[in-house]
Amino acid sequence: MKRSIAPIFWLMFGAGGMLAALFGPALVIMTGLAAPFGVGFSPNLIDYSHAIAFARHPLGKLVLLAIIALFAWHGAERIYLTLKDMHLGSRLTLAWLSYGSAGAVTVATTATLLAIGF
Amino acid sequence: MRPPYLRAIDPHWWAKPPYLAYTLREATGIAIVAYALVLLIGVICLALGENAYEGWLGFLASRWSLALHAMILIAMVFHVWTWFAIMPKTMPRLIIGGYYVEPRLITAAGIMVAALTSLLLLLIALMISQ
Amino acid sequence: MIAAEWAAKRRVTVEVLRYRPEQDADPSLQAYDIPYTEGMSVLQALQHIKDHIDGTLSFRWSCRMAICGSCGMMIGGKPQLACQTILRAGEDRPLRIEPLKHFAIERDLVVTMSGFISKLESIFPFIIPKTSRATTEGEYLQTPAQLARFENFSDCINCMLCYAACPQFGENPDFLGPGVFALLQRYNGDSRDGGRERRMELVHSKDGAWSCTAVGYCSDVCPKHVDPANAVNQNKTNSAVDFFFRFLPRRRSPEREA
Repeated sequence: MKRSIAPIFWLMFGAGGMLAALFGPALVIMTGLAAPFGVGFSPNLIDYSHAIAFARHPLGKLVLLAIIALFAWHGAERIYLTLKDMHLGSRLTLAWLSYGSAGAVTVATTATLLAIGF
Repeated sequence: MRPPYLRAIDPHWWAKPPYLAYTLREATGIAIVAYALVLLIGVICLALGENAYEGWLGFLASRWSLALHAMILIAMVFHVWTWFAIMPKTMPRLIIGGYYVEPRLITAAGIMVAALTSLLLLLIALMISQ
Repeated sequence: MIAAEWAAKRRVTVEVLRYRPEQDADPSLQAYDIPYTEGMSVLQALQHIKDHIDGTLSFRWSCRMAICGSCGMMIGGKPQLACQTILRAGEDRPLRIEPLKHFAIERDLVVTMSGFISKLESIFPFIIPKTSRATTEGEYLQTPAQLARFENFSDCINCMLCYAACPQFGENPDFLGPGVFALLQRYNGDSRDGGRERRMELVHSKDGAWSCTAVGYCSDVCPKHVDPANAVNQNKTNSAVDFFFRFLPRRRSPEREA
């Protein structure tokens, strides 16, 4: 009997989901609601000099890659399964679209972070 | 004699109770991806230079971004709730010191840990931004 | 006299989905007007219909106390055991009684069970001992904690309500399904059993644990609180761990030699 490759996507879905559960609310508040408006956090938390310093640091790169990529893979799995429930395409078409998009996000993030340099 | 009769399934089962709650839970994935894409655009703008990045910051300070992030936050909190509600199902029965730990306890513990980690992150970021 | 008056006082209408293969091209609803007594079950209603109104009505039943698993059907759109569902009077719409969703109808409320039975047989639903053991060695010893790991899964009465509840089974009839997973886990989780390897092949396939999307409705409808959703999703974790760790060299152990 053929073994399914679903575990690969399920584990990334799980990692992304756990990351989002543990840090998601704080991240959204920080970067989306507070810092841009100077509420609670000074806007210089995410200003260019700090952002570029963070993105140049190897750990900063890892953090950014982890958040962006794992969130994307988490969302991809959920969107894939939901679109499949809705019969909006064949299993293979939807899989390529969803996982392909997450793959593209991962590649784009990696490439951009490397382009930013050290 | 006719063969057994197979009824067609309702193609919109996912939109009706009791499955609607499940579909809404899965829909939180859209918010999580949306946030990742906002960050990705930010990283790309960062790579493109200070002007581009200022543009992204400008978007973040807009009403549209505020509304978007407010919706993402609501979805994120709903995600935390439903994530730890389903987590016990992926584990065998937890037995500590001879006592069966009810899934509700595992869920409550998970939500408390998540509240703590988010709070910690906010505090660390607050300290850094001073 | 008073008893007869009381008996005739209230009546309810129920609608039952009929299908007689020798005369019907498609199933159709048939309404029955029956006397109502407080606390009567849907099974009693069906039995009244069969005994006094329409002898052609076919349905499965046996224990009438929610332990044999025979009388599973869709009652008011929900998968329930007819013997355990209390009929209510005074509703504005007649109660609709239909055969279990996602299964082919043999006749009236009787559905085809053969698919479920073959899936059940395929998971080796019996203890495969880890090592051969003579009766002179005495009984297996099991702590309450070891029993607690699988006991709830052994409560499954094969009523198939979880299959009617599961939308992914509706989408994919080859999915092993919640009930069969509960029984699979009943054996895999039993400290006396050594047959896990043999059962895992089915778990790893797309019709195994990976057809499940954690809807969880199966556990909601289970009349015996088996929690089949836990059985399936536990095995997603097992399958995922095995997916990556299978390339590591295995330790030789007595269990493997059995």
